[in-house]
Amino acid sequence: MQLPNPETLLAEITAKIQAQLQPNSALVGIHSGGVWLMQRVLESIRQDIPFGMLDAALYRDDYARRGLKTEPKPSNIPFDVQDKHIILIDDIFYTGRTTRAAMNELFDYGRPASITLAVLINRGGGELPIAPQIVGANIALKPNQSLQLSQDTKDKLYLTLEANDA
Amino acid sequence: MHNPQLDANGKLKHLLTIEGLPKKILTQILDSAESFVGVAERDIKKVPLLRGKTVCNIFFENSTRTRTTFEIAAKRLSADVINLNVGTSSQSKGETILDTVDNLIAMHADMFVVRHGQSGAVHFIAQHVPDNISVINAGDGRHAHPTQGLLDVFTVRRYKPDMHNLRVALVGDVLHSRVARSEIHALTTLGVPEVRVIAPKTLLPAGVEKLGVQVFHDMKTGLKDVDVIMMLRLQNERMTGALLPSAQEYFKTFGLTQEKLSYAKPDAIVMHPGPMNRGVEIESHVADGSQSVILPQVTYGIAVRMAVMAILAGRQAGGGA
Amino acid sequence: MKIHIKNGHLIDPKNKIDTKRDVYIAAGKIAGIGSVPDGFVANQTIDATGLVVAPGFVDLSARLREPGFEHKATLKSELLAAAAGGITSLACPPDTDPVLDEPGLVEMLKHRAKQLNLAHVYPLGALTRQLEGKLLTEMCELTEAGCVGFSQADMAITDTQVLWRAFEYAATFGYTIFLRAEDYYLAKDGVAHDGEIASRLGLKGIPAAAESLAIASILRIAHETSTRVHLCRLSTAEGVELVRTAKKQGVQVSADVSAQHCHLTDHDVGYFNAQANLKPPLRSPRDKAALCQGLKDGTIDAICSDHTPVDDDAKLLPFAEAEAGATGLELLLPLTLKWATDNKSTSFDAIAKITSQPANILGISGGHLSLNADADIAIFNASQEWKVDANQLKSQGKNTPFLGLTLAGRVQYTLLHGQITYQNS
Repeated sequence: MQLPNPETLLAEITAKIQAQLQPNSALVGIHSGGVWLMQRVLESIRQDIPFGMLDAALYRDDYARRGLKTEPKPSNIPFDVQDKHIILIDDIFYTGRTTRAAMNELFDYGRPASITLAVLINRGGGELPIAPQIVGANIALKPNQSLQLSQDTKDKLYLTLEANDA
Repeated sequence: MHNPQLDANGKLKHLLTIEGLPKKILTQILDSAESFVGVAERDIKKVPLLRGKTVCNIFFENSTRTRTTFEIAAKRLSADVINLNVGTSSQSKGETILDTVDNLIAMHADMFVVRHGQSGAVHFIAQHVPDNISVINAGDGRHAHPTQGLLDVFTVRRYKPDMHNLRVALVGDVLHSRVARSEIHALTTLGVPEVRVIAPKTLLPAGVEKLGVQVFHDMKTGLKDVDVIMMLRLQNERMTGALLPSAQEYFKTFGLTQEKLSYAKPDAIVMHPGPMNRGVEIESHVADGSQSVILPQVTYGIAVRMAVMAILAGRQAGGGA
Repeated sequence: MKIHIKNGHLIDPKNKIDTKRDVYIAAGKIAGIGSVPDGFVANQTIDATGLVVAPGFVDLSARLREPGFEHKATLKSELLAAAAGGITSLACPPDTDPVLDEPGLVEMLKHRAKQLNLAHVYPLGALTRQLEGKLLTEMCELTEAGCVGFSQADMAITDTQVLWRAFEYAATFGYTIFLRAEDYYLAKDGVAHDGEIASRLGLKGIPAAAESLAIASILRIAHETSTRVHLCRLSTAEGVELVRTAKKQGVQVSADVSAQHCHLTDHDVGYFNAQANLKPPLRSPRDKAALCQGLKDGTIDAICSDHTPVDDDAKLLPFAEAEAGATGLELLLPLTLKWATDNKSTSFDAIAKITSQPANILGISGGHLSLNADADIAIFNASQEWKVDANQLKSQGKNTPFLGLTLAGRVQYTLLHGQITYQNS
């Protein structure tokens, strides 16, 4: 399968995010891919808007099955969430469960005015009534396939697709 | 000999002592604690990890302070908490330690936080609980107080991230101190190259140097060029008698004053596990001074205990950490 | 009843025999060694092919727990255990309840043991009343009742003048004093050897000096008062050295070590294993090595079981709260043989440490197989391995640090007065 160039997709969602910005907007990236994307978005739009990062590991619904992640990254929301229009950024949208956990965590910081979900790729397979509003590309994948975003030392983004036949 | 704290897969099953814990597990706890530090700063100071779990604080030796920090940690993880001060109830009625524990097992608690006056008592309990229950040692006799040791190294790491380049001095009653033992093991496991103890000979255990520390008997040479000073608590009943002549003489020789603090590096931090005896172990000027990190220790204590509970409860779920 | 024990390897240290010899028993006595007595027709023949035939073992310290602690053990259960361990004579310390400080109690104990007829029981009388270290007991009366010496068990005499007078009084009549040397104050509340392990585990330590200081003063008093003293349960290298020097100087001193201390050290406490809570505490590997060497060069005369049955209620507790002690009667032989193997000593020397030597110390007639001696005999397989299993032990005390381990040396027959009191099925 021919994968799209993530740099192109990033440019597309950056434009869409920029179009949605309001005076009360804030960006929040979900670790790790979402944080890389958010940092690139912030560089591109060159605007002074509040931003933060979420891990959501402490809110995940699979803790009971998988335990605590070995290397959790601290969440850091250094601005007041109350009444902000939050643009939540993640790399791949799949079941919607990470988004659910991230939204729950966000609400523990305060009551946002709105939350918009921006993702690089929507791979289909949603399990919850949650969907991204800003999408770089829609690619339908099978459950045994795993799509990963990675970043090299020069911040260039890569997509890798692996099939797990087991 | 099998380490009773780890399960067959090498995962943390109980937290009984820092001694013998792999560096990887120690680092995992500290890294996880970083995630929990921020929870207290939110509008809703709670995460849902331990929802529906029951944590039981069993204190055979009373300590409102330690019990409270464990209680807060458990509640911030959304667990239900039962507090039991056994020292004042069943033990005096002749119930054995195992009777007490069996009763709590029958109440379907998921995690025990235990403090006991006898060294080894928490190991003993851990050996007698079913596989699905995790036990956290909240202090046993003179043996160990692992969460205190962890929160202390967590604090050190926050202020002095380069652990491989540190000189740390523990000052005071090492002999009777479970905190000191846990601190020493935590520091040496994390690779701190120089750990010192400073105390009169009456307050040092036999063969203390075998724990990997250098021994000093005076503050001037002991504190020279250290980055971290960890003060130890001196129990009231030990201030006069055959261990020490008086609290005054102790303060004069081993109490931390501004003057003695100046022997250490200018940016050295001062720690104390609390509760402090002002004017005995430490003078107020130092305890409340700019180099003191005694209050941050308390704050981090909750995050570290949350991390330990979250990792242990996650293991029970059958995987992950 | 005439018994012929044939084809066995006889080890009788007192008579310096270590070879294949048949043994003939008649009327409860040794009727012949090596050659058939005139007109001897055996009613029973024991085939001891591949087995060792030795004098019944003599144990310098076995707590039988009667009177007073029948929930831990009874005379019957422990004497059955003694028979299963090949032990035909044993000394019991006076720390019963009531304490063995009255002739009547001693007579009663002797009488009960005699009725059971499983082993000779030799009580050690209390040196001071109630073992309180203040008032002397009626040592002559107690001796008449059957005491073979006087002891403080695990209690100390802190008043040096009382100690001195107890020695003088005992010396007047030629009695032997049995003491476990431990400075009361240095050992107070301690539960483990004061060293690296106790420091790591946060257990209150008993310094080695608690033993050596006490030994030094006991030896001095023994020398000054010309008293025969037996030092029980040596545990330290310094203690061994003090005894070695004193023996050279002609002090009338003997010493024993417990079978546990020949093999275990404070490292065996592990993660607070209460089975390793013993009195005296298990000490460092260096101390253990000195004890083994002391046995080898004769500084230490005997190995005892230090049999102390402890019930589960008293053992199933955090280390420091658990009662000290281990069951030992059935382990004395294998642990003694293991000492010989581990230290390149001979079975002959090992057997001497549990027969002739302790018999000498107690001043009793057992511990050898001379002609016309009581036919108290242990017949054992020195190489047969068996696993220490609580359910298999005859003793009511099931706790020992050796639980679950495999040991070599199994008693096949025990005879008391020429009667079989134990046979391995």
